[in-house]
Amino acid sequence: MDRLFRALTFIFALAVLALAALIAFELYRNSVLSQKAFGWSFLTRQIWDPVEEDFGALTFIYGTLITSALALLLAVPVGIGVAIFLAELAPKPMSEVCAFLIELLAAIPSVIYGLIGIFVIVPIMRVQVQPFLIKHLGFLPLFKGPAYGIGLLTAALVLAIMIVPFITTITREVLMSVPREQKEAAMALGATRWEVVRMAMLPYARSGIAGSVFLALGRALGETMAVTMVIGNSTHIQASLLAPGYTMAAVLANEFAEADSELYTHTLIEVGLALFVITIIVNGIARLILGRMKVAPVS
Amino acid sequence: MDLMNPSALGIQAQNVKAWFGAKEVLHGLSLEVLPKHVVAIIGPSGCGKSTFIRCLNRMHEVVPGARMEGRILLDGEDVSQHDPVALRRRVGMVFQKPQPFPTMSIYDNVASGLKLNGLRSGPQMDQIVEESLHAAALWDEVKDTLGKPGTSLSGGQQQRLCIARALAVKPDVILMDEPCSALDPIATAKIEELIYALKKSYTIVIVTHNMHQAARVSDETAFFLMGELVEFGATSQIFTNPAHKKTEDYISGRFG
Amino acid sequence: MNTNASTRDVVNVAAFGVTALCAALTLGILFFILGYVLIHGIGALNWDFFTKLPKPVGENGGGMANAIVGTAKLVGLAGVFGLPIGILGGTYLAEYGRGRFSFFVRYAADVINGVPSIVVGIVAYTLVVMPVRHFSALAGSIALAMILIPISLRSTEEFLRLVPNAIRESALALGLPQWKVILFVVYPSALSGISTGALLSLSRVSGETAPLLFTAFGNRFWSSGLLNPIASLPVMIFTYSIAPYDDWHRQAWAAALVLLMLVLLANVGARLMLRRRTYT
Repeated sequence: MDRLFRALTFIFALAVLALAALIAFELYRNSVLSQKAFGWSFLTRQIWDPVEEDFGALTFIYGTLITSALALLLAVPVGIGVAIFLAELAPKPMSEVCAFLIELLAAIPSVIYGLIGIFVIVPIMRVQVQPFLIKHLGFLPLFKGPAYGIGLLTAALVLAIMIVPFITTITREVLMSVPREQKEAAMALGATRWEVVRMAMLPYARSGIAGSVFLALGRALGETMAVTMVIGNSTHIQASLLAPGYTMAAVLANEFAEADSELYTHTLIEVGLALFVITIIVNGIARLILGRMKVAPVS
Repeated sequence: MDLMNPSALGIQAQNVKAWFGAKEVLHGLSLEVLPKHVVAIIGPSGCGKSTFIRCLNRMHEVVPGARMEGRILLDGEDVSQHDPVALRRRVGMVFQKPQPFPTMSIYDNVASGLKLNGLRSGPQMDQIVEESLHAAALWDEVKDTLGKPGTSLSGGQQQRLCIARALAVKPDVILMDEPCSALDPIATAKIEELIYALKKSYTIVIVTHNMHQAARVSDETAFFLMGELVEFGATSQIFTNPAHKKTEDYISGRFG
Repeated sequence: MNTNASTRDVVNVAAFGVTALCAALTLGILFFILGYVLIHGIGALNWDFFTKLPKPVGENGGGMANAIVGTAKLVGLAGVFGLPIGILGGTYLAEYGRGRFSFFVRYAADVINGVPSIVVGIVAYTLVVMPVRHFSALAGSIALAMILIPISLRSTEEFLRLVPNAIRESALALGLPQWKVILFVVYPSALSGISTGALLSLSRVSGETAPLLFTAFGNRFWSSGLLNPIASLPVMIFTYSIAPYDDWHRQAWAAALVLLMLVLLANVGARLMLRRRTYT
């Protein structure tokens, strides 16, 4: 009986391992047609023509990378700021409650972010933010063109809101685990409270922060619904951040159910495979950094 | 107290060696515990006392990477031939820190071993629970609150609850691993009284770092030092006229 | 010297002011989202929403009864498929797992947890939809189960590890075989944690949209059995919100409110459940 129970739990643990292998295998197996047809150039070509069945994924890769990078640019300072506030300034009970509320932000389903994106953020972007950017920064190619409301910048903004909790939760934890001696050493030098944060705490916590940033990046790269709903779905790369774009996840959401030929389906699955590989690498880096520190990430 | 236990057996260790990983912590110990005797094991921290008694009911092998060699004879039978689970039913154990099961009531804690070994609830179970609590000198304090969680008791009561839990499965031998180290002096005195009473019916091996305790409760005493048995003999002799210099140093407080 | 000190004080106050602003901004966004969904959702909620099927395109009114039942069915099935794997696998990791194998299992769970949910949808599509050539509730629930497994696996392991080893030892010392120790002593001690983890993993997948788009697909009618396409609240929110009809937008908000309430209740409930029990 003892052996039976052990074997039972072992089989289920093995199933998890098998599942991970299965995911990789299925993505590979069901994209071979596309791999054969386009080779590595699939990743570097911009064309996306379902009628002629000529495909390249560059637009989506570009869109995914640029929205995620922009989202990090917006979310990292804010996320760290919140973490510093909660770890250093807020009284303990308040800090606990706020940390819980910020985790709730991560629990909101992404389709609801998309809904807020379409009906609240897009109008604000179209009427206020984008005209302002065009007027004052329009000389840069990054901020040229008409104000659609939707587009890369809008998607990045929604993404940024969604990933702040990932950065804040872990950063707050590592900041709170900075040894008292470290802080006291800085205080003894006559440092102000902020200088203690800057000199003693942030350097101590830097690898934890880096881990949280990679974790947030992993989320941003794969985020689908909220981005699909506000990015504009354009299969051309444009320099302007205000222009509509496309991401890998979004093209899957929009076109997968409609793909009518085998090659088209295989092509989309190859996009999925590429996304899978990228997120594994990014998450792997995050785990590598955080694994050494025994900080539990939010899931 | 009518918890007579005619089956109390002797237990014998022959050349027991034990390892944690590559580190040998017991270097070949032999000693014999007679039926219905109390043997106290004393010695400084890290001398292998706890490891030794954990070998007696094969709890040692539960620790990852741990193993042992040599023979343990329960009533003349080699325990390595037995299923460890069945062995532990016959050789009960009480730990340093009281460990009542957190989700169970006082009653269920005492009955847990019986229930999980397949005995149905009923008058027979009620009777065993009551007897065991009597034997552990806890009955009068808890008889009206048997449904309360085991964790609601005080530390000393929790430890007596754990003793009752061990008694309920009617073991042949009881091992006690510093059972009073987490308790205050009053609770300790109660447990000592209890051990004294139990020895009428049970074979007991108790590990302690408190020499007065050893002197008060035991018939024989073993002195361990760095994984070796230095001296083993009648308690009165060990504490009044030890044969070894090291034993004398230890009991007169010259080291540790 | 004096001016130096005062500039430093100004920097000190300003810097912490900025961090407080960040916190206010982030919490403000949370409350804004909750409030906005509440206001727009409450106005759109009515009895029909819970009891009626969607009306044909172009007609006003109707409800999402089928999507509510659909989400319950999908999430329930995902739990049936996924929770045993997560909980028993987690038991292996906590109670037996120390070697290399466990390391790889944990690693695999992390990998699956990091896979974008839409990619999980693809795999459910190739495994379940492609062989039979039509969308189904089964495919959708398998996709959700794959997302749920690593979450419940790791939370089960974590909560089992919180049970003190001494409790396991004292149960073993009573002569109980290990499987009974786990089943009747360790599980009850970790019950609130394990069930909270299960609840959270279910609530997490109940909001998933992307993996359902081409597995469960959607359905404007009741769906019977496991092998037909099935409606779900998240997919309804998506399709209704990108359509050009005001009445659909209204219903999307109502659905968003229902979904958000479910998720929030599960999270707050889990929090309270965990606070009640702590170990000594």
